[in-house]
Amino acid sequence: MDKFTTLTGIAAPMPLVNIDTDMIIPKQFLKTIQRSGLGKNLFDEMRYTLEGQEIPDFVLNQPAYRQAQIIIAGDNFGCGSSREHAPWALLDFGIRCVVSTSFADIFFNNCFKNGILPIILPQDQVDVLMEDAKKGANARQTVDLEAQTITTSDGQSFGFDVDPFRKHCLLNGLDDIGLTLEKVSAIDSFEMTASAARPWV
Amino acid sequence: MTAAPRTLYDKIWDDHVVHQAEDGTCLLYIDRHLVHEVTSPQAFEGLRMTGRKVRAPEKTIAVPDHNVPTTAGRDKHIDNVESRVQVEALDKNAKDFGIHYYPVTDIRQGVVHIVGPEQGWTLPGMTVVCGDSHTATHGAFGALAHGIGTSEVEHVLATQTLIQKKSKNMKVEITGSLRPGVTAKDITMSVIGLTGTGGGTGYVIEYCGQAIRELSMEGRMTVCNMAIEGGARAGLIAPDEVTYAYCKGRPHAPTGEKWDAALSYWKTLFTDEGAHFDKVVTIKGEDIAPVVTWGTSPEDVVAINGVVPAPSEFSGGKVVAAQRSLDYMGLTAGMKLTDIKIDTVFIGSCTNGRIEDLRAAAAILKGKKVAPGMRAMVVPGSGLVRAQAEQEGLAQIFLDAGFEWRLAGCSMCLAMNPDQLSPGERCAATSNRNFEGRQGRGGRTHLMSPAMAAAAAVAGHLVDVRDVMGVDA
Repeated sequence: MDKFTTLTGIAAPMPLVNIDTDMIIPKQFLKTIQRSGLGKNLFDEMRYTLEGQEIPDFVLNQPAYRQAQIIIAGDNFGCGSSREHAPWALLDFGIRCVVSTSFADIFFNNCFKNGILPIILPQDQVDVLMEDAKKGANARQTVDLEAQTITTSDGQSFGFDVDPFRKHCLLNGLDDIGLTLEKVSAIDSFEMTASAARPWV
Repeated sequence: MTAAPRTLYDKIWDDHVVHQAEDGTCLLYIDRHLVHEVTSPQAFEGLRMTGRKVRAPEKTIAVPDHNVPTTAGRDKHIDNVESRVQVEALDKNAKDFGIHYYPVTDIRQGVVHIVGPEQGWTLPGMTVVCGDSHTATHGAFGALAHGIGTSEVEHVLATQTLIQKKSKNMKVEITGSLRPGVTAKDITMSVIGLTGTGGGTGYVIEYCGQAIRELSMEGRMTVCNMAIEGGARAGLIAPDEVTYAYCKGRPHAPTGEKWDAALSYWKTLFTDEGAHFDKVVTIKGEDIAPVVTWGTSPEDVVAINGVVPAPSEFSGGKVVAAQRSLDYMGLTAGMKLTDIKIDTVFIGSCTNGRIEDLRAAAAILKGKKVAPGMRAMVVPGSGLVRAQAEQEGLAQIFLDAGFEWRLAGCSMCLAMNPDQLSPGERCAATSNRNFEGRQGRGGRTHLMSPAMAAAAAVAGHLVDVRDVMGVDA
């Protein structure tokens, strides 16, 4: 996993609420057995016509946002399925940070496993970032994970919360499995105790 | 020492904590790991690349369901190359890593969330995960069950644990009894209609109350299945005699002394008097009507005798979203739900693909025919459900009515296999998601109970099942 420290990039405004994982990456692209290559199909059915032509109105098709690295989104972003293909597609497109008032639980977890930072902020602050993002490609926002701040193109800064363990993993690009396997003796002894207490499991 | 009163969630959580860090991050032990072909290939590949093994293959159960065609001949050949590659990858991974496996050639194959309980893998008090959001289904047994992403699938395969922070406790109580024609599906959809798709975010829901107690295991699974649609990490129902009776005699349920030991443990799995809930929602069972969705979010729920709402009835970002939904669904505000014509009916899925669901639909269809031009299909949740339905004569009722009688799989719930809607087609579906494009690009989905879907198939439009049944609304 790539480290996440600071990021200065174009923010794309996507104010629609309840953007679900079927919108982010429709099911026909889940048939891959790899993690890479999904960026071209990110938001596929919002982004392309049935014939495969780009829909010019869609935000990521607009010249200003084609290189976006941040999405400022409406409430409850990432609801729906557990498909990790959603953060894989975002990452493959180049998105490293999503800001919303709320995220669906599984999507939120999946982001951290892939070096994407989901930031939760109150509505009024998301509104400010959304307006800033609407200014286009010159409006670059800056995310500083160490300092836990996100700053608009005109220098307005907001602090955000992030789980300390997840922050540590993102900052250092750490692999969860490796960390857990350091606790293998605790897992061994749990299994011994649990199989005595609940032998039917 | 007097222990503080705990919720059912607290108890299951406490019994599975392997390690707790100072910041509250826990390593949680996983008792059952269910695996399907779509979200697992990258996880197994990760194990291969790092030279890791599956830590507890005896607790890992795999079944292909999302991609598999539901038509005859699939055991010999799957036409779609990518689907075939995914199913073959699961065949190989199951063999290489020595995990339990139900291939398409096995009568026990089916939707993973139907197979797990059916085979007795899912039992009260367990932690159950799967790379699928509808893992919430297993909460019906009083098991802590939730969906995970592929990175977490790999984590569980390698360590049999998950890194977790505890969720908050939410209680959803359904008091009294349901009225005739109202089902578990109407309960779970009505709750989401009330709380919204984000209402459960950050919580584990415990469903309780008389109307929940009066449900069968099948109905309880339907309720918990859609906890995720309300945003909750998991849904739970405390085990009781109904649960024990369902589990007893299942192939992987304990027997003899182990059964007795299990039973006495299961009887401790309830929320203590006075335990704290961070959020409480109460609904009167008799106030719940048969419901359908009108829009493109599972929270877009209305009673069947109501009308399509206007965007102006909502606030905030939902105003724009509601207008977008109406445009996508091709509906206008104020039109009666029962005036909505449909051309497709899908009965099946992990939400409503169990034997009781097929019985409810067949009861409506007996002696009737689907409306002219209707495409109607039943996709049983597992090969065993299918066999039982054939034995009970249900399959013949469906066939006589003009339904297709398919093989088990996820099918048109998410349309990864050939069962899809074409643009503009409108479907009465017993599944769980009505998102844009969910059942096929441009397809329009109305969610409802199996009895309501069956009634709609006959009428050719959405219809109040109570009118068909001759009971009062």
